[in-house]
Amino acid sequence: MKLHEYQAKELLRRHGVPVPPGTAAHNVEDAVAAAEALGGNFWVVKAQVHAGGRGKGRFKEIVDASVLEQVVAGASDVPGKGGVQLCRSIDDVRAAAELMLGNTLVTKQTGLEGVVVKTVLVTTGADIEQELYVSVLLDRAKSRLVLMASTEGGTEIEEVAAENPSAIKKVWADPITGLGNWQAAQMAYELGITNKKTVRQAAKLFKGIYATYMATDASLVEINPMVIGSEGDVVALDAKVTIDDSALFRQKEIASWYDESEDDPAEVEAAKAHLSFVKLDGNIGCMVNGAGLAMSTMDIIKHYGGEPANFLDVGGGAKKEQVVAALNIITKDPAVRCIMVNIFGGIMRCDIIAEGVIAAVAETGLEVPLVVRLAGTNAELGKEILAKSGLAIIPADTLADAAEKAVAAAAGK
Amino acid sequence: MAILVDSNSRVITQGITGSAGAFHTRMSHAYSPIFVGGVTPGKGGQWFDGLPIFNTVAEAVKITAANVSMIFVPPPFAADAIMEAADAGIELIVCITEGIPANDMVRAWRYIQDKNCRLIGPNCPGIITPGAAKIGIMPGHIHKAGRIGVVSKSGTLTYEAVGQLSAVGLGQSTCIGIGGDPIIGTTHTDALKLFNEDPDTDAVIMIGEIGGSAEQEACAWAKDNMTKPVVGFIAGATAPPGRRMGHAGAIISGGKGGAEEKYEAMEDAGVHVVRSPAEMGSKMVEVLKANGLL
Repeated sequence: MKLHEYQAKELLRRHGVPVPPGTAAHNVEDAVAAAEALGGNFWVVKAQVHAGGRGKGRFKEIVDASVLEQVVAGASDVPGKGGVQLCRSIDDVRAAAELMLGNTLVTKQTGLEGVVVKTVLVTTGADIEQELYVSVLLDRAKSRLVLMASTEGGTEIEEVAAENPSAIKKVWADPITGLGNWQAAQMAYELGITNKKTVRQAAKLFKGIYATYMATDASLVEINPMVIGSEGDVVALDAKVTIDDSALFRQKEIASWYDESEDDPAEVEAAKAHLSFVKLDGNIGCMVNGAGLAMSTMDIIKHYGGEPANFLDVGGGAKKEQVVAALNIITKDPAVRCIMVNIFGGIMRCDIIAEGVIAAVAETGLEVPLVVRLAGTNAELGKEILAKSGLAIIPADTLADAAEKAVAAAAGK
Repeated sequence: MAILVDSNSRVITQGITGSAGAFHTRMSHAYSPIFVGGVTPGKGGQWFDGLPIFNTVAEAVKITAANVSMIFVPPPFAADAIMEAADAGIELIVCITEGIPANDMVRAWRYIQDKNCRLIGPNCPGIITPGAAKIGIMPGHIHKAGRIGVVSKSGTLTYEAVGQLSAVGLGQSTCIGIGGDPIIGTTHTDALKLFNEDPDTDAVIMIGEIGGSAEQEACAWAKDNMTKPVVGFIAGATAPPGRRMGHAGAIISGGKGGAEEKYEAMEDAGVHVVRSPAEMGSKMVEVLKANGLL
């Protein structure tokens, strides 16, 4: 689960990581009041959306479609105001909040549809001498958490990894001892920090983000940039935290922060029905049991020249209700021209699936061709149930047979 | 004999009285009567279908001499169950549980490094030596004893491969589902090494999926060491970057872990790649014939 910047900073603050003072606001008046309460004569108003590239993003309601296309293509020099604005007066803060709240921000990560801004973070400016990158995440190859940092702050780490991999420094934490003080200090020195105060503060920040990762069951804590000021003080200027979905059961406070408006409505509905679903751009809807087979089903559709409309895993022990929910979600997608059901029954019995399919068709009045391939436990019984149902289902025997039939049906053949 | 498990294995189920644990213990024991007991804290002294239930793994090992454990403990407690099994001297721990917090697995993985044990999973269908030992949730009836090893991150996709092999008349020596989580015990590399040394395995089907670099590491090893033919498939060539495809570990992140780089590693290692998951069985027939093994 992804968090907003203001939520990430709140978690970091709780674990001793210095972040600039700031307040989240959901309306313009609150944004203005937040700026007044912060005081000073310089503020930054930041749109709170999960996508990156906010500063270079532009608002759909304000700029032309051609500008948005440039944004999505990753252009950096586009006209108009973005999702991160520097403000030198309260009037500027008001104008920025008015522009952002309720409007749709398009960044290179959101695609052209963009995402509606419902919250802004009003924060103070920072004194910036140097920008660095630092994160804690799981290194799968070592089965350990890694503290990763680079002197190229402000740049996405993937870019640094591609262009200047030696700029990325890493230390691995032993889960039994945690991240050692010496490791945190070593990282500071490896980044070329020499000022004694800065080394101490940087090391404390590294330990703080490790502590945040552990305490919140994160899968990523990223500070980009971490800023060193002219006096040598360290602060986390921007923050990204993603929580391990498998640990949300014990992170109740964080789980309550879930913002479903950030996700595709079909994906939200699928999650509620305990289905694993990812929306794609094609026109062949897929319903499959098991994640590996679901991916393979997408792959074979593509292999035969079709385009999958989604990834959908109904799970290993799906009941009739889940099959109905799954087909409902797939048929809501107007792009879908054909549906391919691919079930390899193990624990899941094919006769149960067949009954679910019949119930779903009865309920949704399916209007697109439905190709069904059943294999494994009770496959013959399942096929018989479908054949006797009188429904216009296209039966298939093998994976290849099903994919070929689905691709042909989607093409109207 | 095949690898890791056979009819001499002595298996307990941790979480034997839970609904999934009970169901799959029954199914597995009916397929291969190698189960000797189970563990559910608080139910020690009771019986499950004639199998004794113990409060702890240590007690179960002491009384039954179990050397394999199949774990169905719910996610919040499953990493602890793995460590308990390792501490009790279980040699092969098969953890079926899906949804264990990654932080818990980091600790459990570290803990078992010093123990004399092998972990399979978590988030896996288990392991089967057809006709001899089924420890997991796979449907036994689709398997057939034979000489092809299967290693895969996925459950139903493994069944698909097994189904194709059985359909073309090729039996399996052992099939291992290594699991779809970011942190797993037995890797593709470990499985290839075991199959390579197993006199009863002629060739291997290796099924990977997007996310991480375990397939590349296995290919790097196989390139110089694998003496048996390998047929390979990677699931998720059409998966978009940055999206988790069902399995906790199946995600292309930071531009890494895509199917193409894994296919390239396979081709570089001499693995016989199939781009269509429908061709795993037929490709194996072709490869066996070319190698004089069929």
